[in-house]
Amino acid sequence: MPQAQQTAQAAQTMIGQANPTAIMFFVLFVLITLGITWWAAKRTRTTKDFYAAGRSITGFQNGLALAGDYMSAASFLGIAGLVSTKGYDGLIYSVGWLVGWPIVMFLISEPLRNLGKYTFADVVAYRLNQRPIRAAAAAGSLVVVLTYLIAQMVGAGTLIKLMFGLPFELAIVITGALMISYVLFGGMIATTWVQIIKAVLLLGGATLLVILTLNKFNFSYANLFNQAAGATPLGQKFLEPGGLVTSPVDAFSLGLALMFGTAGLPHILMRFYTVPDAKAARKSVFVATGFIGYFYILTVTIGFGAAVLVGQKVIMGIDAGGNMAGPLLAEALGGNLFLGFLSAVAFATILAVVSGLTLAGASAFSHDLFVGVVRRGQASEKDEVKVAKIATVGLGATAILLGILFKGQNVAFLVGLTFAIAASANFPALLMSIMWKKFTTAGAVTSIYTGLTVAVILLILSPTVWVDIVHKSEAAAVAKQVKTIEEAAKAKTAEIEKQKVPGLDPAKVAEIDAAIAAVKKDAEPQIKTAKEQMPKAIFPLKNPGIYSMFAAFFVGILVSLMSPDKVAEAKFEGEKLREYIGIGAED
Amino acid sequence: MSSKKSVHEILEDEDFKSLSAQKDTISIILTILELVLYFGFIALIAFNKPFLAQKMGGEGATTIGIPIAVGTIIFSWVFTGIYIFWANSKYDTLVRKVKDKVGG
Repeated sequence: MPQAQQTAQAAQTMIGQANPTAIMFFVLFVLITLGITWWAAKRTRTTKDFYAAGRSITGFQNGLALAGDYMSAASFLGIAGLVSTKGYDGLIYSVGWLVGWPIVMFLISEPLRNLGKYTFADVVAYRLNQRPIRAAAAAGSLVVVLTYLIAQMVGAGTLIKLMFGLPFELAIVITGALMISYVLFGGMIATTWVQIIKAVLLLGGATLLVILTLNKFNFSYANLFNQAAGATPLGQKFLEPGGLVTSPVDAFSLGLALMFGTAGLPHILMRFYTVPDAKAARKSVFVATGFIGYFYILTVTIGFGAAVLVGQKVIMGIDAGGNMAGPLLAEALGGNLFLGFLSAVAFATILAVVSGLTLAGASAFSHDLFVGVVRRGQASEKDEVKVAKIATVGLGATAILLGILFKGQNVAFLVGLTFAIAASANFPALLMSIMWKKFTTAGAVTSIYTGLTVAVILLILSPTVWVDIVHKSEAAAVAKQVKTIEEAAKAKTAEIEKQKVPGLDPAKVAEIDAAIAAVKKDAEPQIKTAKEQMPKAIFPLKNPGIYSMFAAFFVGILVSLMSPDKVAEAKFEGEKLREYIGIGAED
Repeated sequence: MSSKKSVHEILEDEDFKSLSAQKDTISIILTILELVLYFGFIALIAFNKPFLAQKMGGEGATTIGIPIAVGTIIFSWVFTGIYIFWANSKYDTLVRKVKDKVGG
């Protein structure tokens, strides 16, 4: 082990420089995907082609595409980084990202496919008044899509800058231009294949990296963990739960948002309309869950491997958050060629995710807002596709602008917000519309807006935004003040400590120790007073999921009970029949 | 049309009732199992860190927490597998039966 560590540390990293291998692989990826887009463009005529790839995707293909949609660069690079720097806590984090998928399968996938056409609003509006429902659902979808897009775009700019040495703005413009091209010309067919190719590349690259890593440990995980505990300053603690979960309520709230948020992400839900029937829809979740779970296990292995073979010092020297742990490990084990390949895969990963998001946003705009609200359901297919394409360009341009605008900002909270909104605005209304006969238009609309506003407001008042962003300078000032007091006390004690010379009278030693203790005691109340100035969050939890989700369900149920709708109730029988056996489902 | 059953008649049909009841039951049981699995894991982290920090025995440094975390991932997938197995073997047969009855 020490030998491997030394060679890695001695090696000059290529990360951050223009890497010809990476650029070559990336150009190859772009050429292939643009070729597919050209091929897809000829097959994209109707709304069914544009939104749902003509429902021609198989269950297995859709499973891969779902995995491609979900496995973001943030999870690939971020989780490996978190594991390499924090150990077990990174593993805890990765588990949370998987557990929403079984929920998608058990509660959502089949009814969604049987009842809807292109967006999840189709299902919510099935028995209810189209216009208010579509407006509310489109609001929920667009907010989720935009917040997630900003997070992905800013992440993309930062990562590409780190990996390819490209300027931030240029990286965002390239990402945006490619994403618009795929969606605009190739619709869902091109987007699906971009996701499938990316998923295969990412899973293949990560598998190869894990094989090369385990090879260094004689293919023994026990060996890997033993060395990981030995190689990091945390020691054995590296393999134990640490500070990530301190407040149980906070952990529960984040867990709820991750679990039910997955079942409320519009770009994920939309994918279920690309398969021919409900059977293929459920198969695709099984395939996706398997691949995503496998991917997280790989990523965690990469993180532990990087901690040993690259070393935390080198990893955090390149990027304090550890985001380059995976690429650094690839470089250490497979040289520049492998680093270039993996960098290109990370770029492709970002592209696939933002394309899926853009398409979902465009369909919320055209299918729900334009056709459902503005045209009251009366629009030709040609008009609908045209509006969807205009929306694609508009969303893409917005994403590019916002990405550049948010440069250098801490956008990590946006991912948490995305899942909290998806779990609170979209999921409750979707679930109740499928399961509950007495659900009404007023109930659905108020539930969606309640979930949306409660999630956004509570997040703004939470420590994540209120302390870390709104009162950033105050928090930093307090931290600085505390540090100054501590350092002054430390300097003072060190000064007194100097008086201790060998052979000193024991009484004198006791006197000096007392003086040191007095200095420490003096500093304590000062630190306490300084810390009291720390800005406090108005809402205590980091993730609002538990309250916003509860509020959405509560309001939805209460308002529905207060506004009985006999027409909607009467339509429930038809919905039930279609939901369970698929009679009348879109084909 | 007259030979076909009305929506209401189909819903009252014993086969349809059994089909929807079975599907609801299995969906809810598996959802609850998944919730227990994940939030059980979170509860262990929140309330019993020492349990997860125990070594696996022998000389190794590997803690019990590692297989438990990976197990949570694997079991989540196994649950989806159980659902698929049930749906492919039982549910689809029942759906076909009901569809044949109504000529749909």
